[in-house]
Amino acid sequence: MILASTIRRIITQLRHDPRTIAMIIVVPTLLITLIYFMYEGMPNIFDRIALTMLGIFPFIVMFLITSIAMLRERTTGTLERLFTTPVGKLDLLFGYGVAFGLAAAVQAAVAAGFAYWVLDMHTAGSVSLVILIAVANAVLGVALGLLCSAFARTEFQAVQFMPLVVAPQLLLCGLFVPREEMAGWLQAISNLLPMSYSVEALTEVGANAEPTGIMWRDLTIVVGAIVVALILGAATLRRRTP
Amino acid sequence: MDTAIEVEGLVVKRGKRVVLDGFSCVIPRGSVTGLLGPSGSGKTTLMRAIVGVQVVAGGTVTVLGHPAGSAPLRRKIGYLTQAPSVYADLTVAENTRYFASLYRLRSADADRAIEAVGLADHRNQLVANLSGGQRSRASLACAIVSRPEVLVLDEPTVGQDPVLRDELWDHFRRLAADGATVLVSSHVMDEANRCDRLLLIREGVLIADDTPAAVKTAAGTQDLDEAFLRLIKQQAVAA
Repeated sequence: MILASTIRRIITQLRHDPRTIAMIIVVPTLLITLIYFMYEGMPNIFDRIALTMLGIFPFIVMFLITSIAMLRERTTGTLERLFTTPVGKLDLLFGYGVAFGLAAAVQAAVAAGFAYWVLDMHTAGSVSLVILIAVANAVLGVALGLLCSAFARTEFQAVQFMPLVVAPQLLLCGLFVPREEMAGWLQAISNLLPMSYSVEALTEVGANAEPTGIMWRDLTIVVGAIVVALILGAATLRRRTP
Repeated sequence: MDTAIEVEGLVVKRGKRVVLDGFSCVIPRGSVTGLLGPSGSGKTTLMRAIVGVQVVAGGTVTVLGHPAGSAPLRRKIGYLTQAPSVYADLTVAENTRYFASLYRLRSADADRAIEAVGLADHRNQLVANLSGGQRSRASLACAIVSRPEVLVLDEPTVGQDPVLRDELWDHFRRLAADGATVLVSSHVMDEANRCDRLLLIREGVLIADDTPAAVKTAAGTQDLDEAFLRLIKQQAVAA
């Protein structure tokens, strides 16, 4: 009940901000179109990069939105007030997870639909698996955003977490250099970063008609990372503050 | 006298500064108690400790027989923070309904709270587009929506026009008449006359704890500002 109304409240906040909704929906599609023209005449490369991007965009966008939204809860006093009411920490964490997860599902569906049917992207596996992995990635972004917001005092600081959290994952996920070809220590770091697994899962969908064991394993690892980030995030939510 | 809030030996440190050092007071049930003192005297800190969001270094705070901040109290307490803590990107009605839903209340209860703070005409406006005074009333609506047994209000009347301020005080008095315990902080002394009891606080020290009439008698003046000044001087001489 409290969870449901919290989800509704967060979605209503988003609804009052049409510009943000437009950015969420349109920007990934525009960027994938850009990639399409960059690799015009090289459909294989476009397929690989666009597929990876379908997983990465929701992560970046939801990470940013969530860390700012949660920071606002902390700085405007709404969080403090909520903690004097019957709201539980899980209501808040899952409220943000579900609300922004839904937004991410719309985003991923639009971007994937556009990539497949307008830009003629091909994957051996099904589009629904691509969207599933993209949404898992988005929820991972939400969970890490909730966690990182605890370490920022201002919105300036919060946006600085984006390069810190996103860039290493983007560089080491296998998009630029295949993970097998990296130096051992880079591979070791890459193995610790959740996005490496979501990109691998997407690559599996791209190459195989049926979902593979590796894909399910990778997806499970991403879900595990979400749970760990949410637990750590819950630990940063304190009813009492100094 | 039935006690609603009991603070005993409360010690609160914020950073290196000791804001409250062994603070004690008792607040009776079904009353309007004014918490008065200059800015920085520890009013907000005391209120935060009572609603249970302040890390305390020592002492106890008991509200309605429960330790402050404990789960059973969360349905019985309403808290208005000093800066309006409502969602600027929601309308007045959406904000109030959300807070109502946390207590499993319906939108009719939310409407009643909006009415009580005089925002019925602005119910569908985004909080971001309201004036400062309206915003703080929107925040107040969310604090009273659950008809709490204990209502802790941090400067609820700042920036309100005199007519409205009068109405808000009438509302607080009605809530207390219905059995609620209302703790209101203010630094406007003329509001103090509308309280059943006053807590005068300065630099974390309780200077007076009595009815407005008794405070004035003790200080030998009918002017509360002057009374406050005299009591501080008496304290300084005694110490």
